[in-house]
Amino acid sequence: MRVVVDYDLCESNAVCMGIAPEIFEVRDDDFLYVLDETPPESERAKVEEAVQRCPKQAISIED
Amino acid sequence: MDQEHTTIVVGASLAGMHAARTLRTEGHAGRIVVLDADPHTPYDKPPLSKQVLSQGWEPEKLTLPAATEDLALDLRLGVRATGLDLDRRVVSVQDGDDLGFDTLVLATGASARWIPGTQGVAGVHVVRTLDDAMALRDELEAGPARVVVVGAGFIGAEVAASARSLDLEVTLVEALPVPLERVLGREMGEVCARVHAEHGVDLRLGVGVDHLETVDADDGGRRVVGVALADGTTVDCEVVVIGIGVSVNTGWLEGSGLTLDDGVVCDETLVAAPGVVAAGDIARYPSGRFGQLLRVEHWEHAIQGGEAAAKRLLADARGEAPGRFDPVPWFWSDQYDRKIQLAGRPAPDDEVRVVVGSTEELRFVALYGRDDRVVGVLGMNRPRHVVQLRRLVEEGASFGVALERAAEL
Repeated sequence: MRVVVDYDLCESNAVCMGIAPEIFEVRDDDFLYVLDETPPESERAKVEEAVQRCPKQAISIED
Repeated sequence: MDQEHTTIVVGASLAGMHAARTLRTEGHAGRIVVLDADPHTPYDKPPLSKQVLSQGWEPEKLTLPAATEDLALDLRLGVRATGLDLDRRVVSVQDGDDLGFDTLVLATGASARWIPGTQGVAGVHVVRTLDDAMALRDELEAGPARVVVVGAGFIGAEVAASARSLDLEVTLVEALPVPLERVLGREMGEVCARVHAEHGVDLRLGVGVDHLETVDADDGGRRVVGVALADGTTVDCEVVVIGIGVSVNTGWLEGSGLTLDDGVVCDETLVAAPGVVAAGDIARYPSGRFGQLLRVEHWEHAIQGGEAAAKRLLADARGEAPGRFDPVPWFWSDQYDRKIQLAGRPAPDDEVRVVVGSTEELRFVALYGRDDRVVGVLGMNRPRHVVQLRRLVEEGASFGVALERAAEL
């Protein structure tokens, strides 16, 4: 699976970071960095939760 | 739930659609009927006070993802539920036959409150539905000389900010001594007041509205030309936006036998009656975390509630033990160039401590403490810190641990 962020929509609410900090990191520059764009299947549930709870619906999964 | 099972979801906004989505994706094989009086394709509400007003977002951009997924939902828009009969297990609707159900999700949310006598006066708006936001946008784009926003809660604050971004003159009226005092306390409410003032808003604190000044409108009705405040002053304006809160949509459930008390009262798993769950703004449930009945009007809470309510019904069907619904409330508000985030549920007399940054620079994190526990985290333009400290509220950490953790970030 590939984690895709639409940076035009992302506002760095960091909800994703709270759910999967090993994949999403908002740094001190207030930008979101995707640490692992192709995480293992074991991470799917967390990534899907991040997709649902992102306030801007900026995250999607490409299979 | 097999193919013979019918679940009705009343309310197709965030909570209802997430409940419907979760039912289907977690194995509901029967009919899922979703009703909503609002005729628009289910839409997201946060942009209504922000991007719809200030960036010209069109309705299509607000469509909820669940409304576009292939979930085989029987979505009936523009259908208003008018009653519930728990004995016959039917929902009655306006202009239609009663609808039978096996299980039921109540997610009819809330409606914006109007100052008495102001609904129907031209130029006066609330912002709750898509129609509300589009009507307000039309009037803002016409370039009114001044907009008066009544209520400096999150909706009022965001509308004020949106109007300022359109270069309009804005007066923001708040009955409390500072904005959001009940939610954030006096000290942090003052910071919010400063944000408005620094962006050129004419802020009138500690004063309420006495009445609207109106004139005859062309269509035989009235049009607003000013707002008379309780301190004797009058603010001339062309547009008034009322943001004084909401009332829950439980009127249609009167007489159904459900306990209605500032929402539908549920147990700790969101069950209101056998086979009946509630979610979103309408659901009032006992929080173990906060030791009281809570009704939370936040966006993330509606998602979590919709999902939990659906899973509760599925747990019943499968004979599984239900989980307790007791999330830490969390929400965000975007005002001007500030992003305010709050996790937890502060009370007015909680201890408040700024632990990152400073309120002077309007970039900080503050912790709220009560009985030596951290009960809230408030951030302004510090999302990374809020999300890490939020976890401590969830864990019921001591205030001391929270202070240490904040110092390490």
